[in-house]
Amino acid sequence: MSIEITGVSKRFGDFVALDDVSVSIPSGGLTALLGPSGGGKSTLLRIIAGLETADTGRVQIEGVDATNLSPQKRNVGFVFQHYAAFKHLSVARNVAFGLEIRKKPKAEIRERVDELLKLVHLSQFADRLPAQLSGGQRQRMALARALAVQPSVLLLDEPFGALDAKVRKELRDWLRRLHDEVHVTTVFVTHDQEEALEVADEIVVINEGRVEQIGSPDELYDRPANDFVMRFLGPVTELGDRLVRPHDLQLLPPGSDPGAASGLVKRITRIGFEIRVEVAVGEQTVTVTLNRNEFLALGLHAGSEVQVRVAPEVAGAESRSQVVGAV
Amino acid sequence: MAERALSRNKRGPGAYLVRLLVIVYLFFLVAWPVYLVAKNTFADGMENLNGILEDPDVIHALSLTVQVALIAVVINTVFGVGISMLLVRYDLPGKRWLSALLDLPLSVSPIVVGLSLVLVYGGRTGWFGPTLEDAGIQVIFSTPGIVLATVFVALPLVIREVVPVLEEVGEEQEQAARSLGANALQTFLRITLPSIKWGVIYGVVLSLARSLGEFGAVKVVSGNVLGDTRTATLVVEEKYLNFDKGGAYATAFLLALVAVACIIVVSALRPKEDR
Repeated sequence: MSIEITGVSKRFGDFVALDDVSVSIPSGGLTALLGPSGGGKSTLLRIIAGLETADTGRVQIEGVDATNLSPQKRNVGFVFQHYAAFKHLSVARNVAFGLEIRKKPKAEIRERVDELLKLVHLSQFADRLPAQLSGGQRQRMALARALAVQPSVLLLDEPFGALDAKVRKELRDWLRRLHDEVHVTTVFVTHDQEEALEVADEIVVINEGRVEQIGSPDELYDRPANDFVMRFLGPVTELGDRLVRPHDLQLLPPGSDPGAASGLVKRITRIGFEIRVEVAVGEQTVTVTLNRNEFLALGLHAGSEVQVRVAPEVAGAESRSQVVGAV
Repeated sequence: MAERALSRNKRGPGAYLVRLLVIVYLFFLVAWPVYLVAKNTFADGMENLNGILEDPDVIHALSLTVQVALIAVVINTVFGVGISMLLVRYDLPGKRWLSALLDLPLSVSPIVVGLSLVLVYGGRTGWFGPTLEDAGIQVIFSTPGIVLATVFVALPLVIREVVPVLEEVGEEQEQAARSLGANALQTFLRITLPSIKWGVIYGVVLSLARSLGEFGAVKVVSGNVLGDTRTATLVVEEKYLNFDKGGAYATAFLLALVAVACIIVVSALRPKEDR
């Protein structure tokens, strides 16, 4: 294990940011700390980096007890949400900073900086000031700067949070590809479940200072440990007393399945390739998502009578694994 | 927002009236009086200026003022930046009290500062003075006293310039530097100092101008001994009271010239984007 966190607690005044958290983060992986804002995930990351100190508990990095080490001795790379670019230094000098501090020979620094700028596609901007770069470019510079010192772990605090949606998506793909090239143990904090599911090898869900579940994206999505994880990782709806994902439900013409619930179509919303149908079943409003072809085959319109059930293949998988989110 | 943009684009009679008022106000309060000092200095050509520049006592007073001002600025800059870091970057109990205390030198009349310094450091009756005197250090009626008084009155100027800049810059760049392996000193020299550079320079210029011009506190602690502890501002008063108006204007002109020169040099050096 690359990072071992044992029994870490942290309070800010009366507010409990972390409550007895223990997590092991494997070497070489890309791990996401996922959770709602104020849930403690950034605090945990900052404790790993040494930017905050834990009230209790221990932090080990690569087998070394780092609990009382200052940030400059931990050999971690840290990337901030708002880049923390050194504004008075050029892009190349920003990247070179950690190497200059380590008093590396000038030629070696130049070579390494060139190599890193190529890696983050900023070679042509080497002599610019950070103020002359876009947000996405600045964050790539910050990443190169953190990687320059060959950290044993790379920590990213909501790295794409300050960027617009399109750039965020690009950088996400790019981070995944970069990690496949560089293989440094990476931990990133995000409140965006889609980002975590898409990029991470492993996800640690943190809420109200506690770890809710640790697992691969598939495990978390398909077998959530509790309702919180289920709700946080994707859309949910209730059918009877069951919490299910809208895309795991099926709509059928009336009278097709005696075991299915019957209802009336209340509203139909189309979002790109996806159609969202709200069905009134008794007192309940159940949301079902269909793709366009399924929708056209049913010929639904507001007021149609339909039957709703959990898709048989999903119901089968659930009864086998015995993990059902019951309300 | 829209409203503000509108009023900025508008060039109605109201806007011109406000401008005119500001210009007239500044003209009568600042520009015209200062101009008259210059005009009186050169009323007889270079005679007044040459007169004081040939007087060894005035030369001594001018050089004393410059020395004292430079020492005071160095002390105030070092402590000012240090205290600012303490106030902004660290949690310390009684921070608000400390911050309020730092404004005291600006709100208390300099003459009170002078008297209180005499009470503490006075050679015969002061609280701490006799001890220092026995050790061979004379503070009051000597250069150290003048420096002390000057440091006291100019104390908050660097701090008040640097604190808001430090707050605005934030802590993240410093944290990034620390995580890249820089120690506290390296972080301060390579990251913090460059980012607060203009705040410090402004504070230094203001302190310098204030130190050159200090009168009340210095008058009390210096003893005003001709050719020894008399500073340039005291020369101006002395000459004025002795009906040597030409000499008074000329010395005053030199004092004003240095202060104006400082401000002009800084605004010329300052990078365009910060203006």
